[in-house]
Amino acid sequence: MAAQTLYDKLWQSHVVVQRDDGSALIYIDRHLIHEVTSPQAFEGLRLAGRSLWRRDANLAVPDHNVPTERVERSGGVAGIADPISRLQVQTLDDNCRDYDIVEFEINDRRQGIVHVVGPEQGATLPGMTVVCGDSHTSTHGALGALAHGIGTSEVEHVLATQCLIQQKMKNMLVRIDGSLQKGVTAKDVVLAVIGKIGTAGGSGYAMEFGGEVVRNMSMEGRMTMCNMSIEAGARMGMVAVDDITLDYVRGRTYAPTGDMWEQAVAAWRELHSDDDAHFDRVVELRGEDIKPQVTWGTSPEMVLPIDGHLPDPAKIENHTQREGVLRALEYMGLQAGMPITAIRPDRVFIGSCTNSRIEDLRSAAAVVRGKRVASSVKQALVVPGSGEVKQQAEAEGLDRIFIDAGMEWREPGCSMCLAMNADKLGAGEHCASTSNRNFEGRQGFGGRTHLVSPAMAAAAAIAGHFVDVREW
Amino acid sequence: MKSFIAERGVVAPMDRANVDTDLIIPKQFLKSIRRSGFGPHLFDELRYLDEGYPGQDCSKRPQNMEFALNLPRYQGASILLARENFGCGSSREHAPWALEDQGFRCIIAPSFADIFYNNCFKNGILPIVLGADVVDSLFRELYAAEGYKLKVDLEAQQVTTPSGDVYGFEVDEFRRHCLLKGLDDIGLTLEDAAMIRAYEQTARERSPWLFDVIK
Repeated sequence: MAAQTLYDKLWQSHVVVQRDDGSALIYIDRHLIHEVTSPQAFEGLRLAGRSLWRRDANLAVPDHNVPTERVERSGGVAGIADPISRLQVQTLDDNCRDYDIVEFEINDRRQGIVHVVGPEQGATLPGMTVVCGDSHTSTHGALGALAHGIGTSEVEHVLATQCLIQQKMKNMLVRIDGSLQKGVTAKDVVLAVIGKIGTAGGSGYAMEFGGEVVRNMSMEGRMTMCNMSIEAGARMGMVAVDDITLDYVRGRTYAPTGDMWEQAVAAWRELHSDDDAHFDRVVELRGEDIKPQVTWGTSPEMVLPIDGHLPDPAKIENHTQREGVLRALEYMGLQAGMPITAIRPDRVFIGSCTNSRIEDLRSAAAVVRGKRVASSVKQALVVPGSGEVKQQAEAEGLDRIFIDAGMEWREPGCSMCLAMNADKLGAGEHCASTSNRNFEGRQGFGGRTHLVSPAMAAAAAIAGHFVDVREW
Repeated sequence: MKSFIAERGVVAPMDRANVDTDLIIPKQFLKSIRRSGFGPHLFDELRYLDEGYPGQDCSKRPQNMEFALNLPRYQGASILLARENFGCGSSREHAPWALEDQGFRCIIAPSFADIFYNNCFKNGILPIVLGADVVDSLFRELYAAEGYKLKVDLEAQQVTTPSGDVYGFEVDEFRRHCLLKGLDDIGLTLEDAAMIRAYEQTARERSPWLFDVIK
């Protein structure tokens, strides 16, 4: 058999029907559901009089709309102040009850951001096809899974058929060899990748991350990287299975045990690209070259190392690019040529499906321990990715470190990553955010987002402006 | 789903690269549990000067008259001309729902984000990829002539300009077929139900840990 990439193997093992027109019917092992992109899919199912194909393939959790303030949260669904958000979360509960789908409800200890919860519970496993009506489903590829976001029509398709009609993507390898400098994290690596290839660089590709840096990276770090493959244009990111993967998966609630574990491991050991597999595109970076990254504009590709200076539109020849930079500078209220370190965040957000896992919180806590948030920073939110992450962080005393520094310790949810709940930026406010998108208005109408790692966000909260965490 | 065979309509410009789905339909409108009514909030943050919220009457809101889509010459447009990487960002199908609700049946750009591109076909919208230089020249023609219309023919896979220039475009055969016929692809897939069951049977034997775990 010809040498295969990891993506080729995952694809091939899930083909139900290969059609002559180039499309294929692909089987979906795990379907994750949240409240925002599912109501119309359930409605469609009902209107067409169709039934759910396979209930045990589904797992639901509300995350986008849930309040993160303890008082509002303690009232459960009925306690959600915004009536439209409340109805959406209630609708998820109703749909899951009607179709007998397992849901971790709003105040379940296992509730959290769907992309944190899936791997944490062992609900997403190596070798699976995983989909969810959310573009950051690419996160689960870190386990050696084929995972990607889908629209609501496809959510309905999966509910009704357990399959999707797909066209095979091309293969891209992003290889990062060498080693990372102290203070440089997975977030910086993936932002550097996006800076190098652009937000459309991975369009049409399945993106595998490899090389020494990735091999040495924790699962949390790999999830951060795969999470943001979509920001590089690739709707699926993935990493080969190795001992780090298996150590992470072992013992999780829904992971196999005993003989079945051994059987699974034997299969999972094959989940890597063959040595001579063909990639349509290979992108290479050296770990040593990567510095802490900060986005300055309104697209994740508008990113610079911490010692960088904002671009000068006058020096850009391409018209569309120049207009883009001009518009971004204006929206962000920043001047061409100014140093990144002169940007002063009004708020700080540590959380999101990109960076709200225990390792992220430990790294932020290590920076703020014994210090105080700068007086110019109006608010610094720390939002754990799940109830289990929250519990673990509290057992380690991380919550005290954040609270003592003047930060707010919240209940789990998507929160200020996309501001569908009450956590949002005011117009014109700058935010040092560990989330994944710095689009206009993403974190609130007129809000200005700067994407950074948890350690960089924490350091900016203390210093009152962006600083190089390598010198912290 | 509405079929798409051909469309001749007014073209409106969205002249910036990397238009993301947050820009197409901001997050506060995603709280709706319905599939319709997103049209008045298409490009909400560019189109109006104030902050929008779900359920409001948009007819009384202050419009941003510097935003092209608000100009009288582009009213009633059914074709959107856009730049690179249109529809990047989130997977929200609310983006094509908003475009469709506003009356757009076709989007022409040098490239699209993968998830958005796929979502368009599920909603009777045809996304067309043309070369960056062709798109550039279409933008020039569009700005030069008020009431500029294009003819889009999915059967022939051609875009025709008012002056008679014809540009061919590629589209995946399965998607083209579904769009031409307005087919419900869930119905199509269910025709293969026996194949899906057979696959499941094999998968259950090969990888039993994938079944009956979440219950």
